Amino acid sequence: MALYLLKRLGLALLTLVLLSLIIFFACQVLPGNPGRAILGPFASESAVNALNHTLGVDRPLLSQYWTWVSGIVHGDLGTSYQFRAPVSTFLWPALGRSLKLAAVAFVIVVPISILGGVVAALYRGRAVDRGISVAGLSLSTIPEFVSGVVLIVVFGLALKVLPVTASAPAGSSFPTQLRYLILPAIPLVLILFGYIARMARAGTIEALDSDYVRTATLKGLPRSVVVRRHVLRNSLLPTITVIATQTGYLIGGLLVVETLFNYPGLGRLTVTAATDKDFPMLAAGVLVIGVVYLMATLVADVLYTVLNPRIRLQRAE
Amino acid sequence: MMAGDELPDVPAVTAGTKTPLEDDPALRDPAAALVVAPATAGGAAGAVDVSAREIRWEYLRLLLRSPAFLIGAVILLWWVVCAVFGRAIAPYNPVAGSLLQFNQPPSSAHWFGTDSLGRDVFSRVIVGARDILVISLVATVLGTVAGTSIGLVQGYFRGVVDNVVGRIVDALLSLPVVIVVFLFVVAVGASTITLILVIGLVFAVIIARTVRTAVLQERELDYVAAARLRNESNVHIMFAEILPNVSGPILVEFTVRLGYAIFTIAVLSFLGFGVQPPTPDWGADIANSSQYLAAGYWWQTLFPALAIASLVVAINLIGDSIEAVLIQ
Repeated sequence: MALYLLKRLGLALLTLVLLSLIIFFACQVLPGNPGRAILGPFASESAVNALNHTLGVDRPLLSQYWTWVSGIVHGDLGTSYQFRAPVSTFLWPALGRSLKLAAVAFVIVVPISILGGVVAALYRGRAVDRGISVAGLSLSTIPEFVSGVVLIVVFGLALKVLPVTASAPAGSSFPTQLRYLILPAIPLVLILFGYIARMARAGTIEALDSDYVRTATLKGLPRSVVVRRHVLRNSLLPTITVIATQTGYLIGGLLVVETLFNYPGLGRLTVTAATDKDFPMLAAGVLVIGVVYLMATLVADVLYTVLNPRIRLQRAE
Repeated sequence: MMAGDELPDVPAVTAGTKTPLEDDPALRDPAAALVVAPATAGGAAGAVDVSAREIRWEYLRLLLRSPAFLIGAVILLWWVVCAVFGRAIAPYNPVAGSLLQFNQPPSSAHWFGTDSLGRDVFSRVIVGARDILVISLVATVLGTVAGTSIGLVQGYFRGVVDNVVGRIVDALLSLPVVIVVFLFVVAVGASTITLILVIGLVFAVIIARTVRTAVLQERELDYVAAARLRNESNVHIMFAEILPNVSGPILVEFTVRLGYAIFTIAVLSFLGFGVQPPTPDWGADIANSSQYLAAGYWWQTLFPALAIASLVVAINLIGDSIEAVLIQ
């Protein structure tokens, strides 16, 4: 068990190093000439060279990568081209706001989608099941900004029940802040509902078809007791894994939602950095998204191992 | 517009390439096994063609009986028609507006209203179908062809290359696909070609993984050993023997990826890194007009949004039906 966790951690670290190489390649090697990109096509060659020298991008690639990575390890995410200030002063507050939005989405989506999946499984093959499955599948393929727009039109403009921006006025109370975050959270909920519900449905069906559930039914337990005591306990294990993995996706989906709702989180910071060709900021933003995603996957794997006695004991041998 | 026309035909054509004699259908699709059983039991070589055609018809018949597939196909067909004949259908010029008619709500003259530059939203929605469909289709075909080739080689030869490629792929996929594509499109600079290449390559990597898994199962089967004994070349074994037998998963992967391609392109356009203005494009139009949403000009944003929604849902209904028919 300990060995497995150690191996899994090592794998995550290896992936992280590869990820940093990919991001470095995309942000430092592919754009070619950052000085030219910032100053535009009409700047003089000497000005471009001077700027490149100031930015340190005229040094050998390996040394640039080393500076970048060792900086990150020491908590220095680089200096923004755009603001001429440390990336971290913008990035950490933005990440905090993003996590707040993600948390709201998470709290809404988990109970709803598990309920949806279990109900679909209990009514397997009937209209309710098909409805939940098809709706979940369709909703999970619609981009967040599309459902976001529809939600703004319906709830913000037609019914006027929710605010159409995500940021509450400065200094407002926690419930008010929460109210502003509901509308932006729903597109994320709609995307994730399908995945989690499908997993919960599959897990529940597998449990329903098992011998122990048949035994429980045959010995005369009422249906509700069978479902509560025997089915749910066994069916939700794979679902937990999917939920943990999807948390990472949630952070990725923020790119779009935060842009649409004008919410100053990590997603919008990254998109703005991309628009401004602010490559250090872009690299840091994508790297942080990647780290959150990796951690989510790691937590998912570890949870699955810890919660599943079959795997836990097998690994211990 | 060959590319656009091909779309609805895909299931019939590719499903037909399964060659049942070399296949072990029971492994993958018991439904097909039922169809094949009588023909192969007879053992007559002539029966092979008949049963291949029978299977193709059986798949097609099952698909046409599925309401989800029909709904998806009708919606997709509508957007393909718009992509091909967009300019002829559109009642107005989608790029030139009349400035006196700006921000008009929907009316009999302008069904979907007009945008802030006085351009007809209905015309822009119709003509906007073209770029997103063409780019996503070309990117997905590129990704499928490249990914299938990589996956075949990877799965067939295995070894060190397989391991190294696998690690890099895992790292790449440790980010959501949209963000990977976003990162590279930003780095290289947004253009139609960039979109196609980046999406195609990222998808190739993902599809290769699926194909590799399928190939790993196939390479242990007797027909591959038999082909080796016949002294067939590796290329022949990979592309003529194994490929037809993994076409099912590849077809399913293709439709799933097509849906994701549309999703990704729409998102990139919305973020400002997709199809460049003034060409009508749903994602970009939503990005431009969503700032006027609070002012109440909902029609400028809602109709392109519904267009994207209908297209992705249609592709997914089709993909899901194909998967259900092939795998059930």
